[in-house]
Amino acid sequence: MMLQMSVNNGHVAAFNAPFARTLAQLPEGEAGVLDRLDLPDDIARRLMELGFLPGHTIVPARSAPGGNPRVYRVDGSEVALRRETASHLILRPSKPSGKTL
Amino acid sequence: MSECHDCAGCAVAEPPPSLQKGARAHVVAIIGPPNSGKSTLFNRLTGLRQKVANFPGVTVEQRVGKARMHHKERDVVLVDLPGVYSLSPRSEDEQVTRDVLAGAMPGIPKPDALLLILDCTNLGRHLVLAAPILSLKLPTLVILNMADDLRSRGGDVNTAELASELGAPVALVSASKGEGVEKVFQFMEGTAAGSTTMTAPRVELPILQNIPQCRKWAHDVGSSAAYRAPAPPIWTRRLDSVFLHPIFGPLIFLIVVAGVFQTIFSGAKPMMDGLQALIVQFGHVIEHILPPSIFRSLLVDGILSGVGAVIVFLPQILLLFLFIGILEDSGYLARAALIADRTMAKFGLQGKSFIPLISAYACAVPAIMATRTIENKRDRLATILIAPFMTCSARLPVYTLIIAAFIVDRPIIGHFFGMQAAALLGLYVLGFVAAIATARLLKSSILKSERVPFVLEMPPYRWPTLRSLGLRLVDRSKVFLRRAGTVILLVIIVLWVLENLPMKNGKPPEIADSFAGMIGHAVEPVIKPLGFNWKIGIGLVSSIAAREVIVGTLGTIYHSEGTEDSVGLRKALQSDLTPGGAVALLVFFAFAMQCMSTIAVVRRETGGWKWPAIQFTYMTFLAYLCALITNEVVRSGIFT
Repeated sequence: MMLQMSVNNGHVAAFNAPFARTLAQLPEGEAGVLDRLDLPDDIARRLMELGFLPGHTIVPARSAPGGNPRVYRVDGSEVALRRETASHLILRPSKPSGKTL
Repeated sequence: MSECHDCAGCAVAEPPPSLQKGARAHVVAIIGPPNSGKSTLFNRLTGLRQKVANFPGVTVEQRVGKARMHHKERDVVLVDLPGVYSLSPRSEDEQVTRDVLAGAMPGIPKPDALLLILDCTNLGRHLVLAAPILSLKLPTLVILNMADDLRSRGGDVNTAELASELGAPVALVSASKGEGVEKVFQFMEGTAAGSTTMTAPRVELPILQNIPQCRKWAHDVGSSAAYRAPAPPIWTRRLDSVFLHPIFGPLIFLIVVAGVFQTIFSGAKPMMDGLQALIVQFGHVIEHILPPSIFRSLLVDGILSGVGAVIVFLPQILLLFLFIGILEDSGYLARAALIADRTMAKFGLQGKSFIPLISAYACAVPAIMATRTIENKRDRLATILIAPFMTCSARLPVYTLIIAAFIVDRPIIGHFFGMQAAALLGLYVLGFVAAIATARLLKSSILKSERVPFVLEMPPYRWPTLRSLGLRLVDRSKVFLRRAGTVILLVIIVLWVLENLPMKNGKPPEIADSFAGMIGHAVEPVIKPLGFNWKIGIGLVSSIAAREVIVGTLGTIYHSEGTEDSVGLRKALQSDLTPGGAVALLVFFAFAMQCMSTIAVVRRETGGWKWPAIQFTYMTFLAYLCALITNEVVRSGIFT
C-alpha cells in the first residue's frame, strides 16, 4: 500500500500536514513521541522489534553528512534509519510534556 | 572434493562432520537477537573446534562446534543460530532458526537444550525474545551478556528473581571477558546428564504476534526482577561526536579507508614477496632432491607454482580481516557504513557494501568473504556479484605486460603521468564503471529492493579483544586455503596435463601439438573477431585458473621468460598481436571473471552453483562483447 519511498516524502508531508510531524522533521536532540508507523505491516513490525513502538520516545542524534541516514535513540539503543523510512514514522502532536513517557 | 558435488542444486547437504560422528551427541543451540554477543559466546565455548558452513539450501551461515567441556562423558555440540528478534518466519534467518528449533532442518538434530543470550544493557527490548523461546519448553539457560557494561554504567538486575519469573535459570555473563562462562558450562553438563528440569514460569508467556504486548510483558518482567537500565554510554556519545562530526567524520572515514586500502595493497607486498621467494626456494630444493622427471615437473612447475600463486594472497587476506575485525569489533564499521550509505545508495547499494568493495581492489576473494557483515540478503548478493569487477591485484601483471608492450609512454602531465599510467588508470575506472552499472542493473531487476528498509544498529564502542581477532583470522585463512586451494590445485593439475600430453617419444610435446594447443586452435575461430590468435587462446583458457597465469602461459608458448617485464615476451607479443587485439585483451581482462578462487568463494558464500554460473556467464559475455567492440573500433583507425 505505502511502498513508494522517495527521499522527498518527508518534505511533501511537511506541506500537506503541518500538525502531524514525522520523525524525519524532528530536529537533532529534540524528543518526540511516536504515534504510528505509516508503513506496510512487515516493515512496521521490523521497526517495532527495534523499539520504534507507538508511545515510545525517540531522540534524533548524529547523522551522516547531509543528515541522511540519521541515528535515533530509542528504547535504550541507537538505530540509524534513512530519511525515506523516518518520514513514515508519524509523531504525536508535540507538547512540552513529551518527555514524561 | 566431496563437498563439491553434494551441493550441485540439491537441497540436502551432508551434515557437518562433528554432528555425524556422535549421533548421540548432546546438541545445544545458541539463540539471541543481533548484536547480543552470540558469536563471542560461541567462540568462548568452542575455541577453535568449530566449522563454518551454510545451512542447506540457503545463504544463512551455519556455525557448529564442540564445547570445551571439563567432563567428557558426552560430546556437547553447539549450533550458533542466526541473530533474530522474533520467531515469526519472515526472513530467511528467522525461517532457519524456526526450522532448527523444530528439528526440521536436515542434518541437524533437534536441539536438546538452548542458550538464550540477551544483551542486559538493553533488557527491555531483548527480553521480548524470551517469550517465544521459553514456550518451546526445552531446557533453556537465559544468559544476560555484557554484565561488565551493565555494572560500569550503573545498571542492575536481580538474576534470582528473573529466574523464578521466567521459570528458567539465568546467568549474568560477560562473553568477551570470559566472566561467568563457568555457569554456562555447568548448565550444559547438567542438560547433557539429563538432570536439568525446567520449572513453570511464574508469569504467563504472551502469545507471539503482538509486539507492543510482548514489549509490555518484557517491561513488566524486568520490573519484577528489579531491572535498572544502565546510563547511556558516555564514551560512545563522545566518540560519536567526533566520528560522526559533519566535517571530521567524513575526514576520518577517508583516512581509515585510505589506510586500509594502502595497507592491503602495498603493506602486504613485502610479506607476499617473502612468501613468493620461499615458494620458489622450496621449488629449488625439490629440484635438487628429485631427478628430472615428469613427476618433478608436475610437482614444481604445476602444483607448487600454481598453489603458490594462491597462497601468496594469504598476507593480504589476513591483513584485510585484521582490519575488518578491528573495525567491526570496535563498533566503527557501523559508523563507516552510515557515512558511506548515501553514496552507495546512488548505485542501489547500501553503506555496508563499501568496505567489501574497496577490499576487492586487492582481491575479490576476501572481499566476498567480507560481505558477511551485510545482513540484507539482496544487497549482499549484489555486492558479491559486482566485487570481481573491481581491479584486483592479479590483473596488474597482465595489464603491465600488455601496456608496456603496446602503449607508447608519451608524457601527458610532465614526467609523472604518461600514457601508460593513464591507460592503467583508465582500466581501473573501467572496472569501477562496470561494477556500478551492474549494481544498478541488478537492483532494478532480479535483485529489486525487498521491502526491508535500511536499518543499522549502532553498537557502543568497545575495545576489540586479541582473542576474537585471532580466532577470526584463523577461521578466515582456513576457509580461504581449504576451499580456494582445492579448486585451484585441481585446475592446475588439469592444465599441466593438457600442456604435457600427448607425449612424443617419451617427451612432452611442443605446446602447439599438446592438448592445450589443440584447445587453443579450437577456440581460435571464437576469439578471432577480438583480434586474438590461438596462442592467446591457450592463455585465456589457462587464465581461468587465475588471471596472472596467462603471463606464465604466454611465456611458455613464446619460449621466453615467464615474467611480466621480460623484453623477449613483449617483443614476441608486439609481432604477434595487433594493437586492436592488445587493447581488446586489456578490456577482456577488465571484465572477465578469470579466477577459480573467486568462483569457488562465490559458490561457498551463496550456497550453490546458481549465482557463480550466472556471474561467470554475464562477465564473460560482457568481456567478449566489449573486447569485440574495442577491437573493431581500434582497427577502424578512429584513434590514429
